[in-house]
Amino acid sequence: MKPKHLLLIFVLLAPAFSQVTFERLKNSAKEPQNWLMYSGDYAGHRFSALDQITTSNVHSLTAKWVYQTVALGKFETTPLVVDGILYGTGTDNRVFALDARTGRPIWIYQRELPPDIRPCCGRVNRGVAILGDKVFFGTLDSHVIALDTKTGNVIWDANAIDYKNGYSFTLAPLVVKNLVIVGVSGGEYGIRGFVDAYDADTGQRKWRFYTTPGPGEPGHETWEGDSWKIGGAPAWITGTYDPATNQLFWPTGNPSPSNRGAGRAGENLYSNTLLALDADTGKLGWHFQFTKHDEHDWDATQIPVMIDQGDKRLIAQANRNGFFYVVDRTNGKLVLANPFGKVTWSDSRDAEGRPVSNQQAEPTPNGSIVCPGAAGTTNWESPTFDSQTGLFYVNAREQCDKFSTAPQPYEAGHAYYGSAYFPADDTEPYWGALRAIDPKDGKIKWEFTHPSPTWSGVLSTAGGLVFTGDSEGNFIALDAATGKPLWHFQTGAAVYASPMAFAMDGKEYIAIAAGSSLYTFGLP
Amino acid sequence: MSRRLPLIFLLFLTQFALAADNRNPFAGNPRAAKLGEFQFRINCAFCHGLGARGGGRGPDLTRPNKPHGKTDADLFRTISDGIPGTAMPPNGTTGQGVGMTDTEIWQVITYIHTVEVKAPGKPIGNPAHGKELFYGDANCSGCHMVNGKGGRFGPDLSGVGTGRAPSYIVDSVRNPSNRLAQGLTEAMKEFPQEYESVSVVTADGKKIEGVILNEDSFTVQLMDAGEQVYSFDKSALRSFEKNRTSRMPRFDTQILPDKDLQDIVAFLQSVGETQ
Repeated sequence: MKPKHLLLIFVLLAPAFSQVTFERLKNSAKEPQNWLMYSGDYAGHRFSALDQITTSNVHSLTAKWVYQTVALGKFETTPLVVDGILYGTGTDNRVFALDARTGRPIWIYQRELPPDIRPCCGRVNRGVAILGDKVFFGTLDSHVIALDTKTGNVIWDANAIDYKNGYSFTLAPLVVKNLVIVGVSGGEYGIRGFVDAYDADTGQRKWRFYTTPGPGEPGHETWEGDSWKIGGAPAWITGTYDPATNQLFWPTGNPSPSNRGAGRAGENLYSNTLLALDADTGKLGWHFQFTKHDEHDWDATQIPVMIDQGDKRLIAQANRNGFFYVVDRTNGKLVLANPFGKVTWSDSRDAEGRPVSNQQAEPTPNGSIVCPGAAGTTNWESPTFDSQTGLFYVNAREQCDKFSTAPQPYEAGHAYYGSAYFPADDTEPYWGALRAIDPKDGKIKWEFTHPSPTWSGVLSTAGGLVFTGDSEGNFIALDAATGKPLWHFQTGAAVYASPMAFAMDGKEYIAIAAGSSLYTFGLP
Repeated sequence: MSRRLPLIFLLFLTQFALAADNRNPFAGNPRAAKLGEFQFRINCAFCHGLGARGGGRGPDLTRPNKPHGKTDADLFRTISDGIPGTAMPPNGTTGQGVGMTDTEIWQVITYIHTVEVKAPGKPIGNPAHGKELFYGDANCSGCHMVNGKGGRFGPDLSGVGTGRAPSYIVDSVRNPSNRLAQGLTEAMKEFPQEYESVSVVTADGKKIEGVILNEDSFTVQLMDAGEQVYSFDKSALRSFEKNRTSRMPRFDTQILPDKDLQDIVAFLQSVGETQ
């Protein structure tokens, strides 16, 4: 080949291997071979435009490679794939870069964690975000760290807050413009929740939005006395972003203590709330609170999915409290709220149509049975929205629990629940179902039942498919239109992660974490 | 202080550290017991019940004899490391609660001691007669095994006398469907398999009834009353039905008088004590 041709090829290839920019993130749909952020796009759709794997050929899907972290605990990562490199995270703040073609590691980083970290619910991490030559992740000792994409070297390390008081990060950050956005975990410890933005170049904090308002701020009056200081409202799942308005949509979690409302009388803003924040400043636009004065640990930390219907700009969220909500994202007004699982805590609505709690649902010293249970009708696992079918797919959990309550003094860094929950009734089995919901009316179009509830998220693809996992270890492809299962693979361990898709050398891959392994699948 | 410590002092320090690891710093401390109760509710009560009286999943901890060791050091180890081969997980690895610091574990142990029954009455039943019934007239051993002897269709009962309260065992005999026994527990799976009843009709019309050993969306593994193990693809079956009516018959007081049941419970309790 003549040198001139080589140069031409280089020029043609160069854009494909250029660094990730904000422009590329905004236009992620234009490069479906890559998976550029946690939910695949800013709208939170977890949809892949790849259409090589279809309803007619998915039956022949086969394992391509498996990467094993050989680490204990729940493997919750959604990897990113950028121009042939896969970036994922494992338990205890492992971060790895793999050759996406072979699964062979290029670098592995693991943070040295202090022995006394207090992460709730597993030493987990859900993934990285990427911009330029850096990937960003949050740590169990509440730091935000930038690693070099080529080496895994630490470029900067920002300490957000003292982990000893129960703070940690488990979510995948979201990059907007030159900012790395994270929300904190720790609703079990009586923290004061916040959403932070860091300069991607330097790690300098640009803004912080506290999710419990201080004195003089609107919403402060929704807390009794000083309860706002330890009021929880963590922000532990990745939000979404509308470039048209430069607004972030970030959901928050339970007020603390989760099972005891006495001592924090009021609506407890902004717990269990969807926040519309200006991405540049963190300034609050509107807010919508799903569960007021929550006493059941029903964090609203589910992906707020941006959906456009004609000229309507909406957010759909399948909430842990059992209702599927659609909210106008220009003003935060409720459009509809429909149960998508068994709900006993609410049988009435307020003036705006928002479900409100009945008295029977209040936790008692010996426990009151309420549906959904503490894990909710769904939890952090991602839903997907497929604009081709117009349907929203989410894994629902059918489990009621007995909620008890007891006074508990606050001690910094110690779990602060105000009692706990138990199996409601030994005769009632727990089960789950993948449900397809029409966001136009909130009705369920089909369901595929699981023998037990699952912690797997859902992916939809342009091949007319949805992919999900289950607690029995299966990874399953279903017809997005009908819910008919078309293929499954036994991974050997329960799935606690959300699937994604990418392409390598022109071939479509589907990836899912299960057990301590990351599996990829493709056509033979 | 000199940077070089005398060897004897180092040895003393090491001994002290080891001893401290094994001794409950809060023994008998009521405030620590109260804090332990908060931790217990968060981390333990989901299986062991409010007040540690046992639930459907975990043993009654108010019994002073603990099969995996009853000293504070034993309890600390059990809570920290879990018990391999049982549903008891290492501290912090379960989906329930947040995991505890060493201090909090000692507090929980202190709390457990406050709810223990101080002087348990001797089992009122006659274990020797209970054993005769178990292997004889009551025919428990037709389906249940104790220390390697008996049937396989129902759960092995070798550990039930130490793991469960007598009231739990009595209820399981009188009303077996009230609460199905747990079967297989898988490492990453949130809930254990239970002894659900199943009835299938194969493609060639053969009907098989039994208990579910394991199940997923696409397959089922089951055992029939003849202890035959089967595996089926659900899609290949003409019908697949499961229910939560136990395969175990209800033993009412006509079939098994209270006195005989007490004797069987006493036998099961004696099994754990002699282990």
